[in-house]
Amino acid sequence: MTLKELWHRLGSPRWFYRISGPLAWVLGILALVLLVSGSVWGLAFAPPDYQQGNSFRIIYIHVPTAIVAQSAYMLMGVAGAILLVWRMKMADMVLAATVPFGMTMTALALFTGAVWGKPTWGAWWVWDARTTSMLVLLFLYFGLYALRQAIPRQETAGRACAVLAVVGVINIPIIKYSVDWWLTLHQGATFRLTEAPAMPPEMWIPLAVNVLGLYCFFGANLVGRLRAEIVRREARTAWVRALAAGELQTAREVSEDEVLRMGPGPGAGR
Amino acid sequence: MSGAGLFVAQFRREWIASLRSLQEAFNPLVFLFLAVTLFALGVGVQPEVLGGIAPGVIWVLVLLANLLALDGMFRRDFDDGTLEQLVLLGRPLFLPVLAKMAAQWCLTGLAMTVLAPLAALLLYLPAGVVDTAMLTLLAGSPALTLFGAVGAALTVALRRGGVLLALLVLPLYVPTLIFGAGAIDLAMAGSDVSAQIYLLTAISMLAVTVAPFAAQAALRIGLEQA
Amino acid sequence: MSFASFGEFLNMGGHALYVWLSYGAAAGVMLYNWAAARRQQRRALQDVLDRMRREAGGRADGRAGRGDEER
Repeated sequence: MTLKELWHRLGSPRWFYRISGPLAWVLGILALVLLVSGSVWGLAFAPPDYQQGNSFRIIYIHVPTAIVAQSAYMLMGVAGAILLVWRMKMADMVLAATVPFGMTMTALALFTGAVWGKPTWGAWWVWDARTTSMLVLLFLYFGLYALRQAIPRQETAGRACAVLAVVGVINIPIIKYSVDWWLTLHQGATFRLTEAPAMPPEMWIPLAVNVLGLYCFFGANLVGRLRAEIVRREARTAWVRALAAGELQTAREVSEDEVLRMGPGPGAGR
Repeated sequence: MSGAGLFVAQFRREWIASLRSLQEAFNPLVFLFLAVTLFALGVGVQPEVLGGIAPGVIWVLVLLANLLALDGMFRRDFDDGTLEQLVLLGRPLFLPVLAKMAAQWCLTGLAMTVLAPLAALLLYLPAGVVDTAMLTLLAGSPALTLFGAVGAALTVALRRGGVLLALLVLPLYVPTLIFGAGAIDLAMAGSDVSAQIYLLTAISMLAVTVAPFAAQAALRIGLEQA
Repeated sequence: MSFASFGEFLNMGGHALYVWLSYGAAAGVMLYNWAAARRQQRRALQDVLDRMRREAGGRADGRAGRGDEER
């Protein structure tokens, strides 16, 4: 399959639905294995930090969530650009499916950061450069979520969110840079504990495993939500109706006869 | 009509329209000074306290006053169908949108820059840094209007867009606020602030290249909803 | 293993509250996301099924009506 063909196929919800079932399972199982092993490794086997003791083990969950939350926003920016330029239906679905996941991940990163800050810095909230950037990111997510809720027509809402996501992605590097500068202006370098001085491998390998695991979880979750979006938006097409009829039969809720009677709907062909 | 002609015509139209409803154009400026007064009343008037927070207060209030002005930016043209006419012309909306932004900036960012010494006086900002304050406002406020216009365009078709507009736009104002207020702070400490002024200008330049296209796309999307 | 006993592992050198609170919250958020995706898939399919049932129901009633007339 050439790249161009793949591109065209990615635009087809039906094709994506067909191949994505196993994909979700593979990614989900990978995520489970990686996250469990990375967390157990980080929690029980990695040596304690010489300064922070055992509370540093929170980074095995905090850092991956923060990374994935930012990647999710970047993905939305790319999806938004694709939607605006090529009007690809799937891009809008990716936008819609990523917002809730990214929002919860950003909130989780902020929460774990606060819980980490308490034993490390002695305060639940410290205006550290990364926490502050994450807070602004959370507001960006809220904006996207609110905009989609506010616009009743689905297609219009999708394209409006795409514009906002693209403008947001362009602004994120500037926001990060400005917040970094703001911190040096107001607090000096005292709170720069986040920059761990050269982690030994037995500390960072579990971190890398968890980062990879959370990316897999993101992938699995995105595919799962996309499949739901596809069924919801393509509910009137023949192939989704055939799919639903198949579901019914395997669930033994109806007989073959009843399914046949319902038929595949207008413009059929199963 | 040539490109420049289109721009000038649209700008003049905007200008005449706002001269007809001067009160509306003044409202954000009145809000700015009202809020400055509230700050003095709330924080107290010890010169070192009020003067110390003045850079941040001025910049935050400028952001909020800008935000208030944004809500009406495309609303009237949207309601009376002018916007639809513009789209139906089939020409790119880029220049008319840019002209609207320029007119909006003259009424908010530029006006606030001119009035900044007055706000600085009320907030006991040291006289030596007033020129820096004006310079940061001049360099940074175009970005506020430009990014804000994208939010205004996205919410133009929504009946109750006010709070949503704030939610969409304020996070994008973060860098401008940080560099603007930070530069005045630095100037109060006696440092050189040319780097911050350049950064503010760079953000505004980036906004000029991005925002008109984004606002144009958002307006077309908004018209679909109507 | 960097802990001598299971009790010590649970205690996390006195930081048990912070460490387990973080991991608990993380598990909660991930479970929520997993359940939300699953629920959405179920509901989306269920909605299609319901619509098909409604349409089929209408058609079946029509048929039954004709049958009654014949009898």
